[in-house]
Amino acid sequence: MFDLKGYGWMLWEGLSITIMVGFLSLLLAMAMGLIGAWGKLSRNKAANLTATTYTTVIRGIPELLLLLIIFYGTPTLIQNTAERMGFDIRLDFNPFIAGILTLGFIYGAFATEVFRGAFLAIPKGQGEAAYAMGMSRMLAFRRILLPQMWRFALPGLGNVWMVLIKATALVSVIGLEELMRKSYIAMGAIKLPFTLFFAAAMMYLAITAVSMLGQRYIERWANRGIRRA
Amino acid sequence: MDWQIIVDSIPALLEGMGLTVQLTLISLVAGFFLAIPLGVMRLSSNVLLSSPVLGYVFFFRGTPLLVQIFLIYYGSGQFRPVLQEWGLWEFFREAYFCALLTLILNTAAYTTEIFRGGIQAVPHGEVEAARACGMSGFTLYRRIILPKALRLALPAYSNEVVFLFQSTSLVSIITLMDLTGVARVIVARTFDVYEIYITAGLMYLVVTYGILWVFRTVEFRLSGHLRDRALDPVEALKLHP
Repeated sequence: MFDLKGYGWMLWEGLSITIMVGFLSLLLAMAMGLIGAWGKLSRNKAANLTATTYTTVIRGIPELLLLLIIFYGTPTLIQNTAERMGFDIRLDFNPFIAGILTLGFIYGAFATEVFRGAFLAIPKGQGEAAYAMGMSRMLAFRRILLPQMWRFALPGLGNVWMVLIKATALVSVIGLEELMRKSYIAMGAIKLPFTLFFAAAMMYLAITAVSMLGQRYIERWANRGIRRA
Repeated sequence: MDWQIIVDSIPALLEGMGLTVQLTLISLVAGFFLAIPLGVMRLSSNVLLSSPVLGYVFFFRGTPLLVQIFLIYYGSGQFRPVLQEWGLWEFFREAYFCALLTLILNTAAYTTEIFRGGIQAVPHGEVEAARACGMSGFTLYRRIILPKALRLALPAYSNEVVFLFQSTSLVSIITLMDLTGVARVIVARTFDVYEIYITAGLMYLVVTYGILWVFRTVEFRLSGHLRDRALDPVEALKLHP
């Protein structure tokens, strides 16, 4: 069944790129999510509106279309703008970078909701006590709120990661040679499409399984010292 | 911004939206009716019934939809002689059939898991009361458990409907002319990248929030008897992951 006629190494190479893209996108998504959650919870009207528009638009449009918009649209937009200003530049997006930027940007919207919910889950008294001790908003955020927020955010972040790692398959459409693309290329050489894609599917399944175990472990670690009924 | 190209391409994009909606609706209905027995089997104490469903759900929820589409669309070619012998090759040769089959299997797996949650959330007392009234097996499920479970599962199910609607955009990768597919073809011809893609994106946006609005209304209607305890529907929408 799993005789890949010597093309197995291609899939392993693809797998490592998939994991790398997934991991870096998650980091970007978490950064975007923290900024977004700040915007949503902020009393600043402009920040509030920007963050709300961001999550509303991103969650209303399919990832594939967003990927196409960002990958093909951004260079065209920059080139056209530059042309109007009298410059002639040619831009080519590196699919690796474009993939990470796009996935990070999309899943940042989902992470925004996760972090927003997590900040709201912290008992109000914690922040109030910190201000009463004379801490500034920034210091209270860094010392009191942020460390406690993680515990509430972990289950949601785990879900974001699971969806994100599967969404990396879409980046194959813009030519990044991750697991899907490598399987597709190998298909041209050995005429065993089912075997190849099944092997790829098993690799994704392995990532999911390991992630589920990892999530359980991290959650138990983060909840150490929390009394449970 | 070239407004003329947007106006010119709207009829074609709407036609693409037609296929997108068609794929969504057919997969939803088929997935829904597959998921009810699967959800019940998943909770069965008989391992022979529950473990195949467990494996099926794990596979379809743990792998990307794109792999599943390729597995069925390209993968079926590996079994061409067998499929031809059984007279099934006619179907598997068609991208439309393969896309639909994958979407149905995919959404059925997610919906099974949602229904499982719903069935498990049915208060124990209600099941015991029904048993005490002499109901068993099929009647118990039909009259008590399933109606309650489906109502409990509605918020999660509305998310799945939105995700399925958006996932249909992947069928454009295997050459189907759904909304994304049409947009890609027009862009390849005219190079008006952001005009066309943003127009298509807005169409998805409108339908997505339309779906959410419909479910919010249905949820509100169905929860009349628990109104004061129910979540504010506006808040519920914000909580959507």
